[in-house]
Amino acid sequence: MLSFFVKRLALAVLVALTVSAISFSLLFLAGDPAVALAGENATPADIARIREIQGFDRPLIVQYLDWLFRALQGDLGRSWYFHLPVTELIGDRLSTTMTLGMTSILFALALAMPMGIAAAVWQNSIIDRVALFIAVVGQAIPSFWFALMLIVVFAVNLGILPSSGADSWQSFVLPTIVLGYYATPAIMRLTRAGMLEVLSADYIRTARAKGLSPAKVVFKHALRNAVIPVISLAAVQLGFMLGGSIVVESIFALHGAGYLAWESISRNDLPTMQALILIFAMFYIFFTLLADLLNAWMDPRLRLR
Amino acid sequence: MNRTFLGAATAIGLCLAATGAMAGKADDTLKVELSGEVDTLNYYYNSSREGLVASLQIFDTLVVKDLSTGEFKPNLATEWTWIDDKTLEFQLASGITFHNGEAFTADDVVFTLNWAVDPASEIVVFDKVRWIESAEKVDDTTVRVKLKAPFPAALDFFALAIPIFPDQYYAEAGRDGMGVQPIGTGPYKVTAVEPGKSYTLEAFADYAGLGKPKAAIGKVEVATVSDSSTRIADLMSGRAEFLWQVAADVMPRLAESDETETASVSTMRIGFVTLDAAGRSNADTPLKNKLVRQAINHAIDRQAIVDALVQGGSELVNTPCSPIQFGCITDVTAYDYDPAKSKELLAEAGYPDGFALTMTGYRDKAYAEAMQQFLAEVGIQITYDQLQYSALASAHMDGKVPMAFLTHGSSSIPDMSAITTEFFGGGAQDYARDQEVIDWVMAGNTSIDTAVRQENYTKALKKIADEAYWVPLFTYPLGFAYTADLSFTATPDELLRFYEMSWK
Repeated sequence: MLSFFVKRLALAVLVALTVSAISFSLLFLAGDPAVALAGENATPADIARIREIQGFDRPLIVQYLDWLFRALQGDLGRSWYFHLPVTELIGDRLSTTMTLGMTSILFALALAMPMGIAAAVWQNSIIDRVALFIAVVGQAIPSFWFALMLIVVFAVNLGILPSSGADSWQSFVLPTIVLGYYATPAIMRLTRAGMLEVLSADYIRTARAKGLSPAKVVFKHALRNAVIPVISLAAVQLGFMLGGSIVVESIFALHGAGYLAWESISRNDLPTMQALILIFAMFYIFFTLLADLLNAWMDPRLRLR
Repeated sequence: MNRTFLGAATAIGLCLAATGAMAGKADDTLKVELSGEVDTLNYYYNSSREGLVASLQIFDTLVVKDLSTGEFKPNLATEWTWIDDKTLEFQLASGITFHNGEAFTADDVVFTLNWAVDPASEIVVFDKVRWIESAEKVDDTTVRVKLKAPFPAALDFFALAIPIFPDQYYAEAGRDGMGVQPIGTGPYKVTAVEPGKSYTLEAFADYAGLGKPKAAIGKVEVATVSDSSTRIADLMSGRAEFLWQVAADVMPRLAESDETETASVSTMRIGFVTLDAAGRSNADTPLKNKLVRQAINHAIDRQAIVDALVQGGSELVNTPCSPIQFGCITDVTAYDYDPAKSKELLAEAGYPDGFALTMTGYRDKAYAEAMQQFLAEVGIQITYDQLQYSALASAHMDGKVPMAFLTHGSSSIPDMSAITTEFFGGGAQDYARDQEVIDWVMAGNTSIDTAVRQENYTKALKKIADEAYWVPLFTYPLGFAYTADLSFTATPDELLRFYEMSWK
């Protein structure tokens, strides 16, 4: 188990470094950061001055290594627009994103798994069809449209939930539904597929033959095996949610890390962008690693690879 | 249904009741939602419009300009005189204090100006003070400002772009302290800040500036909500009471409701397309030919774009300046929509079958696509590229963009020099490179005799229109939507003055 962990960890670090290097160079290709920093109506002299002060005239590799060296020491620089240390800025907003991510994945699991199990147990029945329908609709609906529809119904017409902000727990209800619903279809289909496969296995037939109750068969024996790929998927989905909640955060004005990423990109706030890309990549890598480890723990056969 | 379930349902229902805090007239709080973030409240390090809006409430300038009469009025200064064409002397008002009790004196003015022009301060809005040489204290209520060269728009900049900072507080708090806890002399003081998310203003009871009224609304909460649909939902559900930059197509719906009112005003921001008459992007570009440029102007039905897309009080412009600005005349050659004439001119220029070109913009894709369509009808095949502003600006300055669809707000300075110089002053964004025009613009910029300025600007504007160096388009309207409890008058300078608003 340990060597498995160490190998996976080394791979994760390599991926993180590659991501940060590629994103660093791509950011410079998207426009001259000195111009962005100087703002509208700046003269070429102002821009040249800023370029010199910020060290943009140095070779790209030098700038990257300089940033990396400081990042490893915990200094992610200062945001050019907020004039605050990036770590402080992100730390403040990350809690909102993590709360949203956690509630969304729990919502998705709470919604998707029962549906998937029911669809598998009553395969090809009306329950199965309804579950699949919900899955298809979930994959087809653009999240921003769904968010706006929820706002119109619950915030404007019924007035029972807030349309924006992060003042109270009620503010997280609609965003959780939107973000969670986006992950639901995949989890539901995977649960259903896994259950179907497991339910047709020999040991399940044996369990039934032994006289175990249907509930015990499904939950104690079948689900435990079917859920393995679902855990992987959920972990990956969580990583995705943490990095990809930009749309939901913007619409609901949640001021999390996703929204910060969008704002930094549109203003070419390089230090913040770099740090966020690295952090999102780390989340993704961490959760994938976690998923691998969980899988390996639950299914010892995987540890041999 | 047992009691436990009912009890739980009721409890959940009560909890779900919207916690939209009591706001509006009832508790004297105005909730404002803006699309852009205010990242720092330290005006000199914030180049955004939202930053300028914040500074109007928190800080004061030496003078203010009455938008209806065009006259400068006292604010922190009571009188001002030009000692010579490069020295301006201000008499300062007495009895004014900052929000923290510090007294306002000549030291604060001298400190603010000298600090702002010092390259070591690295302020982001350097172009606002670039023309100032230094400031010196004559006595406790008199300050002399020295200019590098005669600059007629000096008072306009003093009226809008140069707020006065407290020297003692700034020495302790520094740039970042001022960014999260700003102290000024303005009608509102800042009581809470969450950088990038929101800030709260409370009326300053001891406000003593001469040019602005005391605030009538006790509290203003300004929050950033980036999605326009969400802002409108917030207004409709009562979470917000004031919005601006409301799209024209939504306005009628909001005006129908008894609880909201709307207003629309034409601003100083103009849209335009620059044409590479000097051949900077390509020595063989068809745009070097005046007939081609005139043909392009005739090909685009600007009024149709205004009526169908822009709406909201937008007006056509025929000059590289806003008609509200000093120096900007309207009596110049205007190119009416005439595709037949356009084709004639193209044929005469040697392009009977048209040609292909790239146009680049950074916003308002719909307007660009409309123009693309009109030009296609006369045979000019346009490829439209949309870039981020900074990418477009750097390419434009490098001379690489034959046709650029841009907008410019002149930083709300009601003087032509705030926009025309950039594009016709011989600098990096000048694609006409017409020495006569450059000389006239510069003569207009450096004389303080208004008659001389107007004469030179008139000559420059007439030639620019005759030569069709640009396709000047229209003004950008600004839409407002707010609660019906609010008494509000919109101004054409793209700024908000919370201290001039009140409850009905």
